[in-house]
Amino acid sequence: MAEMGKYEDRLAGFTWSIAEQELDYHPGDPINIGWHCSDRICRLGKADKTALYYEGFGGIEREYTFNDLRLHTNTIGSFLRNLGLKPEDRICLFMDRIPELYFSFLGILKIGAIVQPLFSAFGEESLFVRLGDAGTRAIITQRKYLSRIRKIVPSLPHLEFIIVVDHQKDKGLETNEIPFLLDEATPVENLELFPSIAESPSVLHYTSGTTGQPKGVKHVHYSIISQYLTTKWVLDLHKDDIYWCTADPGWVTGTSYGIIGPWSLGITQCVLDAGFSAETWYKFIEKHKVSVWYTAPTAIRSLMKAGDDIVRYFNLSSLRHLASVGEPLNSEAVIWSQKVLGKPFHDSFWQTETGAIMISNYPGMKIKPGSMGKPFPGITAAVLDPDTYQPILEKGRSGLIAFRPGWPAMMRAYWNNEQKYNEKFKNGWYLSGDKATIDEEGYFWFIGRDDDVINTGGHLVSPFEVESALLEHPAVSESAVVSKPDDINMEVVKAFISLKLGYSSNKDLELDIMNFVRKKLSSIAMPQDVEFMEKLPKTRSGKIMRRMLRAREWGEEIGDISTLEND
Amino acid sequence: MEEQKLDEIRKMVHDYVKSEYIDDDDVTLTYDTPLISSGYVDSFSMVSLLIFLENRFKIKIPPSKATPDAFDSVNKIVKLVESYI
Repeated sequence: MAEMGKYEDRLAGFTWSIAEQELDYHPGDPINIGWHCSDRICRLGKADKTALYYEGFGGIEREYTFNDLRLHTNTIGSFLRNLGLKPEDRICLFMDRIPELYFSFLGILKIGAIVQPLFSAFGEESLFVRLGDAGTRAIITQRKYLSRIRKIVPSLPHLEFIIVVDHQKDKGLETNEIPFLLDEATPVENLELFPSIAESPSVLHYTSGTTGQPKGVKHVHYSIISQYLTTKWVLDLHKDDIYWCTADPGWVTGTSYGIIGPWSLGITQCVLDAGFSAETWYKFIEKHKVSVWYTAPTAIRSLMKAGDDIVRYFNLSSLRHLASVGEPLNSEAVIWSQKVLGKPFHDSFWQTETGAIMISNYPGMKIKPGSMGKPFPGITAAVLDPDTYQPILEKGRSGLIAFRPGWPAMMRAYWNNEQKYNEKFKNGWYLSGDKATIDEEGYFWFIGRDDDVINTGGHLVSPFEVESALLEHPAVSESAVVSKPDDINMEVVKAFISLKLGYSSNKDLELDIMNFVRKKLSSIAMPQDVEFMEKLPKTRSGKIMRRMLRAREWGEEIGDISTLEND
Repeated sequence: MEEQKLDEIRKMVHDYVKSEYIDDDDVTLTYDTPLISSGYVDSFSMVSLLIFLENRFKIKIPPSKATPDAFDSVNKIVKLVESYI
């Protein structure tokens, strides 16, 4: 029996108080994600239950109980507080998926500070922009990332503490770099918990938009209400499940459903911090008897590419429920998993800004392969006419995916950017920036972005950020960045470039430009394809026609080119 | 192919990977150090490594052969390159 029961039955009379009651929360009480995910689970008699199975690079394995989780988060929280870090200070996590990352996340929340997770593949520029915007006061990292951080520290006056969790005693650290080895720290049995309330800030995730710098999406402790219930109902977690969320906590899936959701339910979860290979992943599922698996379409397509035969070498019979997020899951992937794994993947849709799953295919509900599914109970979703921002009633007509504000995990602000935040709301609706249709049975069908943001492998990349980085390359005169189709990642970054006088296009320059962006921003933002043009297409007013270049890549109609500049 | 030539290729690939993809000076990169499964090179970065190999050795490696497994160590990469020279 699915935890959710029957979808239609849950819609009737739904209120978020269901989650509040199950979490013993009463409106007005203190609420703290760090405490709910560790101390509360211990109080429920699960102190000795495994909270985390961890496997890292080089075959390192660790196992932690919920009591370990409680103690380690206390210890880190206490250490940070003793440094002088205060409630609402921004503390960045910049490291691999090592246990310290998970413990630090909750430890920061326990002392009322704001946790700012950043993807460890970010280059110095990406890191600088996000730390600068947030006014981050401390960063918790690993030794291997120090060289990147050291380059930008002099330009970040707010950044006072660089905490290194794997410092080796014989290696020198610079000013403001503080070693912290969890294994050698004295465990803190009792930590005075910060009495956060529902609207106290908790997590600051950065996301990219079409224009301008990345935006810091501010969430609050009350988000746990959405994350708890969606984890339980959408991912269908039973008390004895072994759960694996493959997302990195540098992205919102890795925190909402890789930390808060499962641990607020007292569920055992697994973390694999090793590069992708089909063999490694299948072996991991077999070894830990993973029963619920939440992953991304890019990973599923990579597994499909590895072939069906390899699956036979592993016992994957523990798998009970499969779900996917990050980008649209193509129908072929759903059909493949049903055929090869014996279970279909259930697609889900949500965003950094929504903080929790908004539309999904549910256990027990008929799956239409390729569809996003239906809105979660309590969520009012629609597709809107892009001109009037009124819901489209005609079935099958495309419009903007929008939600009525008010669900618990909704973002509360864009950090330092009230204008951008206000622009996300029209006519009483939150605009997701994505387009879809709704069919006769109420299923949503994803169409694409309503802007130029590139979704590559489930990660959003701003063309503006990449173009800005390209312009800093000495050979680049002008650039336009668009998406191009890709079998595995759905779409990837492509750059059109015109060169400055004195430079000529060649393969070495192409490689140099790619690596330039990779180091400055990240491997995700690195153009996977560079095309040199003598002149980029522009309007008569001088604006580069990115739309035209994108249409060409996707084999679409170029549309109106009456404003195209003539030679 | 002569062992001496293979050694040159091996060193060239090793030095390139070390300088381009590994931030930490303390990491000892051997010819068998896992690159993909250790996270030094991710699937997105593989494209730039592929272009480096094609440019430097004047070869064309089909996308179907540029797999994470084939790129997982310097020795594996050299084996791949050798088959296209």
